[in-house]
Amino acid sequence: MEKKKGWKDIPLGGLITEAGNADEYETGSWRTFKPVLDQEACNNCLICWIFCPDTSVLVEDEKIVGFDYVHCKGCGICAAECPKKAIEMVLDEEK
Amino acid sequence: MVKTSVSQIKMPLTGNDAGAYAMKQVNPDVVAAYPITPQTELMQTFAQYVHDGDVDTALITVESEHSAMSACIGAAAAGARTMTATSANGFALMWEVLYIAASLRLPITMAVVNRALSGPINIHCDHSDSMGARDAGWIQMYAENSQEAYDLWLIGIKAAENHDVLLPAMIMYDGFIISHTMEVVETLPDDAVKDYVGPYKPAYAMLLDEKPFTVGPLDFHDYYFEHKRQEIEGMEHAPAALAAAATEYEKLSGRHYGPVETYRADDADVIMVALGSTAGTARYVVDVLRDQGKSVGLMKLRNFRPFPHAEVADALGKTKCVVVCDRVASFGAFGSPTFMELRSALYEVPERPPVINYIYGLGGRDTGPDLLEQAFEEGLRVARTGKIEQHVSYLGVR
Repeated sequence: MEKKKGWKDIPLGGLITEAGNADEYETGSWRTFKPVLDQEACNNCLICWIFCPDTSVLVEDEKIVGFDYVHCKGCGICAAECPKKAIEMVLDEEK
Repeated sequence: MVKTSVSQIKMPLTGNDAGAYAMKQVNPDVVAAYPITPQTELMQTFAQYVHDGDVDTALITVESEHSAMSACIGAAAAGARTMTATSANGFALMWEVLYIAASLRLPITMAVVNRALSGPINIHCDHSDSMGARDAGWIQMYAENSQEAYDLWLIGIKAAENHDVLLPAMIMYDGFIISHTMEVVETLPDDAVKDYVGPYKPAYAMLLDEKPFTVGPLDFHDYYFEHKRQEIEGMEHAPAALAAAATEYEKLSGRHYGPVETYRADDADVIMVALGSTAGTARYVVDVLRDQGKSVGLMKLRNFRPFPHAEVADALGKTKCVVVCDRVASFGAFGSPTFMELRSALYEVPERPPVINYIYGLGGRDTGPDLLEQAFEEGLRVARTGKIEQHVSYLGVR
C-alpha cells in the first residue's frame, strides 16, 4: 500500500502545486455503466470528446479509438450527446 | 510614561473612525465589504478615503457578506493584502466562508463590530456574533475602546501574516458603545504604520507566482485531517507571533498588549473577568470597591483565540473566587464560552478557585457599575464561604 504523507510534508492549505495531476486520481472505480463504441456507426464527429468531463474519450489522428476506463466515471454524457447513437452504456461487470 | 520611537498624533475618533483610519494607513490592496449596522460607518469612512484617493485600495462593493468574504478570499489567494469588516447577521452570513479563509491559510483581517444576532432582531451590542465563530480558525481579539480597536488591528495584521501562522484575524469592538463613541486616540504616523506592517509577503499568490497551482480542491478522508492538523499548528504559533507583534508595537506606541491584562488583581480575593468595553466599567467598580476596603480585581481577556490558558491560570490561580462576565449565552452549555474555556484552563491549578458565571448585556442591555457591583458582592460571598449557590446567573434581566 502507498505510504501517505504526514501533515508536515504536504503543501500549505490544501494547495495542489503540480499541474495536471488529476491524471493520478483513478476515478474509473466509481463507474456502474461503461461506454462502448460502435465503430461502424461512429462518424468521428468528436462531439463525445468535446463533452466528456473527464477527458476519457481517446482520440488518435482525429479518430475515436476507445475510452480511458481508468478515469471514465460512467456518467453517460458521451452516449447522450452522440448524434449517431454510436455509444451504448452497458453494465460494467468486470469489477 | 514609556519613551517611544515615534511621536504620536492625538485624534478624536469613534471606534469606527479608528478602524477606518487604521485601514487607511495600512492601505490594503483589496477591501470587499457590505454595509451592516453598526459597522456601516467604518466602511463608509473608508470608502471616502478610496474616493478621495487617500488610498489605492480596490474597494469591491459586493451584494452580501457571503460574497464579501468570498471576494476577500479570492483576492488574498491572488496575493493581495485584504481587509473587511462586518457585524452580527452579516457576520453570520459569512459563516461557511470564514472557515475557508482559515483553511486556505489566508491572513485576511476583519473588524467585527459586535452586535446581537437575530432573533429577535436587534442592532445593539453583545458578543453572540463573534463568539459563535470561535472554532472557525481565526485569531480573535477583543478591544476595550477605540484606542485598542486601532492598535489591535495593526498588531493583528502583523501576527496573521507571520509565515508561522498564516491565519486570518478578527478584531472585535462593541457595537455603538465603542463604534459610535468618540474618544481621544493616539495614532502613529503613516510611515510608522507602513514600516510596522511592512510590505505584504503572501505565502502563495495566484497572480504573482510563475508556477500554476490549484487553490481549494476536494480533500477527502485521505488528507483533510492532515490539512486541519497544519491549520492547528498555525494557531499553535499564534501566541508567539502575537507577542512578537505586540512587543514591536509597544516600542512604537508605548502601549502594551498581552493576551490578558490584570488590574489590582495580584492580591485580590475576587477577580472579575470581562471582555470588551465592560472591562472599562469593571475597572471603575474595582476602584470603588477597593476604596471600601474590598479585595477585588479585574482580568480583562483580550485574546479569545488563541485562548491564553497559561496566562489565565497564572492570573487567576491564587484568587479565592473568579467571576466570569460574558456578553453571550451558549444555549444548553454549562455556562458561557469564556466560563467554559477559563474553567478548563484552571483545572490543573493545585488549589483552583471557585468560578461563577454572569451572562449580561444581551442585545445591548446597559450594564452599569451597579450591576457589576452585584456580581462582585456575590463573588466576595463565595470567596468568604467557599460555597457556590449558582454557577450561572443573569445580570440585569427582569
